[in-house]
Amino acid sequence: MNGGQVTLDRRPVLRGIDLTIEPGEAVAVLGANGSGKSTLIRALLGLRPLSGGTTLLYGTPPARFREWRRIGYVPQRLSVGGGVPTTIREVVASGRIARQRRFRPTGAADRRATDRALEAVGMAHRAADPVQALSGGQQQRVLIARALAGEPDTFVMDEPTAGVDHESRQLLADTLGRLIGQGRTVLLVAHELGPLEPLITRAVVLRDGCVCHDGPPPHAVGTHALPGHDHVHPHADETPLSPLDWRPTS
Amino acid sequence: MIELLRFDFMQRALIAALLVGLAAPAIGTFMVQRRLALLGDGIGHVALTGVALGFLTDTAPVLTAVVVSVAGAVAIELVRERGRTGGDVALALLFYGGIAGGVLLISLAPGRGNSTLMSYLFGSISSVTVEDVWVIAVLAAAVLGVVLFFGRELYVLCQDEEVAKASGLPVRFLSLLIAVTAALTVVIAMRVVGLLLVSALMVVPVATSQQFTRSFRSTMLLSMLFGMAATLGGLTSSFYVKVPPGAIIVIVALGGFVLALGLGRFVRRSRPQESIP
Repeated sequence: MNGGQVTLDRRPVLRGIDLTIEPGEAVAVLGANGSGKSTLIRALLGLRPLSGGTTLLYGTPPARFREWRRIGYVPQRLSVGGGVPTTIREVVASGRIARQRRFRPTGAADRRATDRALEAVGMAHRAADPVQALSGGQQQRVLIARALAGEPDTFVMDEPTAGVDHESRQLLADTLGRLIGQGRTVLLVAHELGPLEPLITRAVVLRDGCVCHDGPPPHAVGTHALPGHDHVHPHADETPLSPLDWRPTS
Repeated sequence: MIELLRFDFMQRALIAALLVGLAAPAIGTFMVQRRLALLGDGIGHVALTGVALGFLTDTAPVLTAVVVSVAGAVAIELVRERGRTGGDVALALLFYGGIAGGVLLISLAPGRGNSTLMSYLFGSISSVTVEDVWVIAVLAAAVLGVVLFFGRELYVLCQDEEVAKASGLPVRFLSLLIAVTAALTVVIAMRVVGLLLVSALMVVPVATSQQFTRSFRSTMLLSMLFGMAATLGGLTSSFYVKVPPGAIIVIVALGGFVLALGLGRFVRRSRPQESIP
């Protein structure tokens, strides 16, 4: 993304972000509530229109991007919509959609990928249960399984750890560790890293719609190490790297 | 039941009813999941203007209704996509315009009285012509075809629009597809249940089957079964008690829903408890 700006209801949310994610990186976007983290990753994917600047996915603008199968997007929460019952397996299997051709039925490869994804998050034994009956952490695991089923190169996750129980959080860390080990790219938004911290190779800290830190994950010291601490202050001693500076483009 | 089949008009009405009962809940399941349960109502209102145009210009009302309701559905979808604020007001304007325009044009058409209007608003079994049956059959096939071929993509869209976008699905095309398919369903159902009650057949059977099911697919299949049961049951009763079929079909469907509420609770209770670790 180059000089990305997003305006919601005439209020600037992102004010000129320059950010490039290299293949194989594990990047965490950190920041306080309302700092624009979720908006940033939505804008990166072209889900939110930019009011300024450009964003490219594998070198292509989102409108002309065709290889969506390379991207696995994990939204913040499972939307239940109008409340029609649907099973865990149906949700996870729908992650194959970017790999499936229209007019062609679901094949054995699709079913195998779905099975593997269900296994990976430890939900295989509940595949036939309706997702409506799950806890927040279990729903998060289903969402991640849906992205896994699509076998993408890049995972984009919006707060995968928010409101998730300890067991699910550890499982998520293990799953991400495997993916990163396989050389997949991971971009995630988080409030606090917790067990994910050792996996992250780069942290981008947002504040008031600007990048105020970009580099190795800031190690929590002193009071910052307390659980629940929001890592939002600018790191004055680390001069921001030049291309990732706050740079309004208009 | 057997003696009913001796009447040609009843045969035609029953075929039409079966097709309606099959098609309406199929697309209705997606509409309910997408929180568009009232879209059918809106299209029904607009379709009335289409019917009136048919009378006025002496063309088959079914065909003009298809054209006008598809246009209306596209307009509704575009308005919905466009705005958060003012969207529902814009929709309401379209609904009122549809009904007012329809009543106005029908009154202008020579030789068409209140009974014609009533038959379109609440259905009529004696008015289904052979031509209507053909149009209904073709449209029902189209609706079921859409559900069959695009079901997977529509499922993702109705679940989460952003995920659909991030999966590279043509979100706008699919949204329009749902709206247009709903419009076709409205036209299919208008002869049997009437324009004002069309939407009930897209929503009530789905709500009924939700009481028993756990998966999206089984909800849809069961709702199609309930839909057919309601249209057949209601239509048969309307032959004996001489009331508009639409009214009695919807009452039958609602009765089924109330029964299902009680039964569903019983079924869920007797099921082995879901393990919640």
